[in-house]
Amino acid sequence: MTLLVALTLFVLAVFLGLELITKVPATLHTPLMSGSNAISGITLIGALVSAGSDHSTLTTALGVAAVALATINVVGGFLVTDRMLAMFRTRRKGGS
Amino acid sequence: MTFPDAIAVGYLLAAVLFILGLKALGRPRTARRGNLLGATGMFIAIVVTLLDRAIVDFRFLALGVAIGALAGALLALKVRMTGMPELVALFNGFGGAASVLVAGAAFLEVVDAGTVDDQLAVAAAVTVLIGAVTFTGSMVAFGKLRESLRWNGFSGLHIVRAATGAVALILVVGVVIQPDSLGWFWGLAAAGLLLGVLATIAIGGADMPVVIALLNAFSGVAASTTGFVLDNPLLIIAGSLVGASGLILTQIMCKAMNRSILDVVFSKAVVVARGSHDDAYGDGVTSTSAEEVAMLLEVASRVVIVPGYGLAVAQAQHAVRELMTVLEGAGAEVMFGIHPVAGRMPGHMNVLLAEAEIGYEHLLEMDRVNPMFAQTDVTIVIGANDVVNPSARDDAGSPIAGMPILDVDESGTVIVVKRSLSPGFAGIPNPLFVADNTLMLFGDGKQAVLDIVAALMEG
Repeated sequence: MTLLVALTLFVLAVFLGLELITKVPATLHTPLMSGSNAISGITLIGALVSAGSDHSTLTTALGVAAVALATINVVGGFLVTDRMLAMFRTRRKGGS
Repeated sequence: MTFPDAIAVGYLLAAVLFILGLKALGRPRTARRGNLLGATGMFIAIVVTLLDRAIVDFRFLALGVAIGALAGALLALKVRMTGMPELVALFNGFGGAASVLVAGAAFLEVVDAGTVDDQLAVAAAVTVLIGAVTFTGSMVAFGKLRESLRWNGFSGLHIVRAATGAVALILVVGVVIQPDSLGWFWGLAAAGLLLGVLATIAIGGADMPVVIALLNAFSGVAASTTGFVLDNPLLIIAGSLVGASGLILTQIMCKAMNRSILDVVFSKAVVVARGSHDDAYGDGVTSTSAEEVAMLLEVASRVVIVPGYGLAVAQAQHAVRELMTVLEGAGAEVMFGIHPVAGRMPGHMNVLLAEAEIGYEHLLEMDRVNPMFAQTDVTIVIGANDVVNPSARDDAGSPIAGMPILDVDESGTVIVVKRSLSPGFAGIPNPLFVADNTLMLFGDGKQAVLDIVAALMEG
């Protein structure tokens, strides 16, 4: 991927993100934060490669630490968001 | 299909799911499904990554995943809703730290191999700086939210901070010009960690929603710049989406406080005098009892409850739910007026009240509740201060002048439940407390509300 392609992706994704999120009601601010934070745990896929490649002890150690931290982010983030949103839902009994 | 192709297709699918997930997260009806879509995208991304031929040893990797999954699940399932701001801060910090480690490992690898190019060096340096600031900044926020960290910095903080920032930028240039001299790199990591502390140490509780939202944006940006280091399009896309959403939340929070992002981040160390402020109000304060409040509520047809951080501290959300049930049983209409920056993170009050099973149709945002106060018989303010301070609206010389507030003073009677007359974070007296239609009910938020409920039941 050339730098120009990477920058294009970056800029387009930022604009897309701004469009997607505008006008989110206050009730969803916290779930949006924790859910999007779980998505930013995507660093995990980079960490997996570092932790699994046998380059040097140092990079493996950094990789394993990164895997652990990013996994906390991903697993914890999605779970806690679901917990919160489940609470929001319980009150709409029977409704669709 | 070759392995690299399969990975690329998997990443594309994951990116699409992230986009659909974030979109659905923005609407109450679809939010839960949106979160699930995001999780599915993440699962696909992880599975196809394991096809990568660079991974030769799965043992350590499995260890990291096992530790992380266990810790993450425990944190997510054990946390009480009152502890959500701390948890969000912690997760933001971990995201930043993971980005630093990944970018760092990748950088060290190419330096060893002697194949560093400018793009990678710039991206790695920027990632390490942003990620390190996010990490220590979030840890400071975490400590402040737990109230285990009470240090607010020192005078001259802003000068030290500016100097550290300048040094960090020089180190970034150093990393790019001489990537092989790792001293620049480690120095940059240290400067970033220090800068994160300096940037957040002076920030007080009321500014926390802005800071948490900003750190959320930073954790996304760090993931995105890690994508430039690894040449990974999915990291770039996912990170930018999160960065953009964090930025929007930050903007909403800043607007709700009438402050700019720069104003919050570059705040000087605030030293609030911690003396007694009871004298500031003289004899103007009218104190009341739970019984008297109950009598007022018995004849009220519309009651608005305005919660603030004090409600979270007192864990009064369930007591408030009881009060609401009793009042509704007596035929009154009960609404909640929620200021965007009430509490310590965006949406804090909504989460707490949802935990107490108060439907979000009862939770009104500032624009909707403000026109209603004039037709409200009783407004009960629980643990909120600055967001209901009329001087923000009326006194152009006030430090919080121009901050949008909830116009509770327009309602028939205002009951302010508060521990004491101590000022809010901003350290400014609140004329609401001495207004003619205001009654102060001193005490712990939860106990006070339970007392009112008991008095209502008796009456």
